[in-house]
This record gives sequence, C-alpha cells and structure tokens, in this order.
Amino acid sequence: MKGKGFGILVTFCVMFLFWLLLSGIFDALHLTAGLICSAIIALISHDMIIKGDEEKILSKSFKLAIYIPWELWQIVLANFDVAYRVLHPKMPIDPLIIEFDTTLQSDLALVTLANSITLTPGTITIGITNGRFCVHAIAKEPADSLTVDKTMQQKVADVYMEW
Amino acid sequence: MLEIIVAAFLAFGIFFMFVGAVGLLRFPDFYTRLHATGKCDTLGEALIIAGLLLYHIFHYPQTPLVCVKLLFLIVFIFITNPTATYALMRSAYKTGVKPWKLGDERQ
Amino acid sequence: MDVLLKVFLIVGLVIVFTILLCTYRAVVGPGIFNRVVAVNVIGTKTIVLLVLIGYYFERPMFFDIALLYAMLNFIATLVFAKYVQRGDVCSR
Repeated sequence: MKGKGFGILVTFCVMFLFWLLLSGIFDALHLTAGLICSAIIALISHDMIIKGDEEKILSKSFKLAIYIPWELWQIVLANFDVAYRVLHPKMPIDPLIIEFDTTLQSDLALVTLANSITLTPGTITIGITNGRFCVHAIAKEPADSLTVDKTMQQKVADVYMEW
Repeated sequence: MLEIIVAAFLAFGIFFMFVGAVGLLRFPDFYTRLHATGKCDTLGEALIIAGLLLYHIFHYPQTPLVCVKLLFLIVFIFITNPTATYALMRSAYKTGVKPWKLGDERQ
Repeated sequence: MDVLLKVFLIVGLVIVFTILLCTYRAVVGPGIFNRVVAVNVIGTKTIVLLVLIGYYFERPMFFDIALLYAMLNFIATLVFAKYVQRGDVCSR
C-alpha cells in the first residue's frame, strides 16, 4: 500500500499525535483545530517526511534503539576529553584535516554517521561528497580512531545493514 | 535524596556550559572554537534539562504531559545542534577560512 | 522544597555570567563567522535559562516559549550559513 495516499496518512497521524501530546487540552474546539491544521500540513508537505521506499523499518528502528546508549556513553567521554583540553594550562591541540571513504548509501545512514562523528571525541564533519567524508580532527588520537580502528563506521553499518 | 540527584545533574550541566564558554574564548581558531561549543553546549543543556525533568516527575505528578514536552526539547537539541555546527563549518570551509596549524599565531 | 528553588536561582545566575563571557567573542571575534557562532551559543544558553525561570516563577507557559526559541535559533543559523555559501537563500 505504498504511494501518495500512504504518505499523506502517516504524516497526518504523526502531526495529530504531536498536537495531542503538546497541548494537553481535550475539548471540541482544540481537537477540531488540531484536525484541520494536521490535514493542511499533511497535504502540503507529505513528501518531505516519508520517502516511501524504505524497507525493514521495524528491524532498523530496533537496532537504532540499541545503538543509542553506546552513542550516549561516547558523548560523555568526548566531553570530558574536550574539558581536559580546554582547562589544561598548555592547551594540547594539533588540528588536522583527514578524508576517508564509507560504504553507506542511504540518506538516513549518512546523516546518522555525520551526527555521530560530530558528537564524539575530537572530530567534526566538514563535508560529504559521493560517500567520501572530509573531517576536521583536533589531535592525532581521535583522527586515528576514525581511520585506523573504524569502530563507529562498523556499528552504523550494522544498524542500517549496508556493509 | 532527590535533591542530591537533581543538584548533581545541575552541577555537571553548569560545569560543561562553563567549559564551552571558556573554550570559545581560549582557542586560537574558528574551527577549534566550534569543537568546544558544538560538543559541550549540547551535553550541558541535556544534563540540566534532564535534572529538571526528574524534579518535575517527583514534585508535580499531576501534569505528566510537561515531561513529554521537555523530552522533545532534549531530542530536538541532540539532533539540531550538531547539524547547525556542520552547516557553519561547511560554509566557512567553502568560503576560504584557513585552518590553524601548530606554530601559527592566534586569529 | 525551597532549597532546590534557591539552587535554581544560583544556576540561573551562573548561566548569565557565561552569557556575558560569550559576548566578548561576539564583539571582538575577527570576521563574521566567530560572531555568528557566539550568537548561536548565546541562543542555546537562553533556552536553558527560560526553562529554569519557568520553574522558579511557577509559570508553565515558558516551556512552550523555550521549544519555539530552539527552533528559531536553529533555522536562523542554517539560513545564515546557506546565504554566505551560495549568495542567496531561495534558488528559483
């Protein structure tokens, strides 16, 4: 049941759910206003939210829910590392720019990997062109953990099943 | 007991926000300043709002929908702060701001 | 629970102090990119300050205002980055 109608229906349901959760008032005036606003937004911009050709969404969401706690732990480690570099009296930084290739193709996988690289110790994404990542690293060790170890790329490829 | 947990969350959040602001002043180059603020601001905010979420669950249990609103705020911050950092960095790189190497002077 | 309310007030004052630290970079920073980063950081800290004030003065309106301001801050930074890179915002 793919196609335009499915996209409009899913967008309408998600928008109405957000309206109900954020307002908290359940009488006739607010529910009618919510239905009308959700319908207008679903008609105008349904093709921006649901792409329509994703498969195995349930297993991908489940694996994403398992990937997120590991990600949060990496974020906490990253921030202690940045705090050490900022508060040290000699400020041990040595910036460099590196590039590497990945095997991911879909948009959602590339966005997840770029956000994870930005949030983890010592690296920020600069640009993505045709599967080639350009990354600015703040010292030698975080740059090595991306090009030599490749743990994060392996984990994201496991989530989206695109080796 | 609850007060100690909420105060611990708030203390860590304030520490990371302070580190972010000091990093903005101390680092010698635009790209390294983005390193400091893009990571520390996000986590500091998430910790402070998580502490306030705990306070709300135990002190005002009759309005549970506000917890959903604060949870939306945390998820939104986690997705959009790195995206804004990436957009600024890409536009600076394409426009020609030079990166800093060890041994140059401050900018 | 007014021990915790006093803690909220102290945390709010420390956040105002860090905002004042960031305005130095907004005034001095050589070039336009440093100033835009400083304004983005001040906006992020304002969101937290709004939620804290909402709890201290017991007004639940401020959480909605904080959510809206988070969205506005994000869109403003993206529009500025796109304008500097391309030369115009709407390419028609």
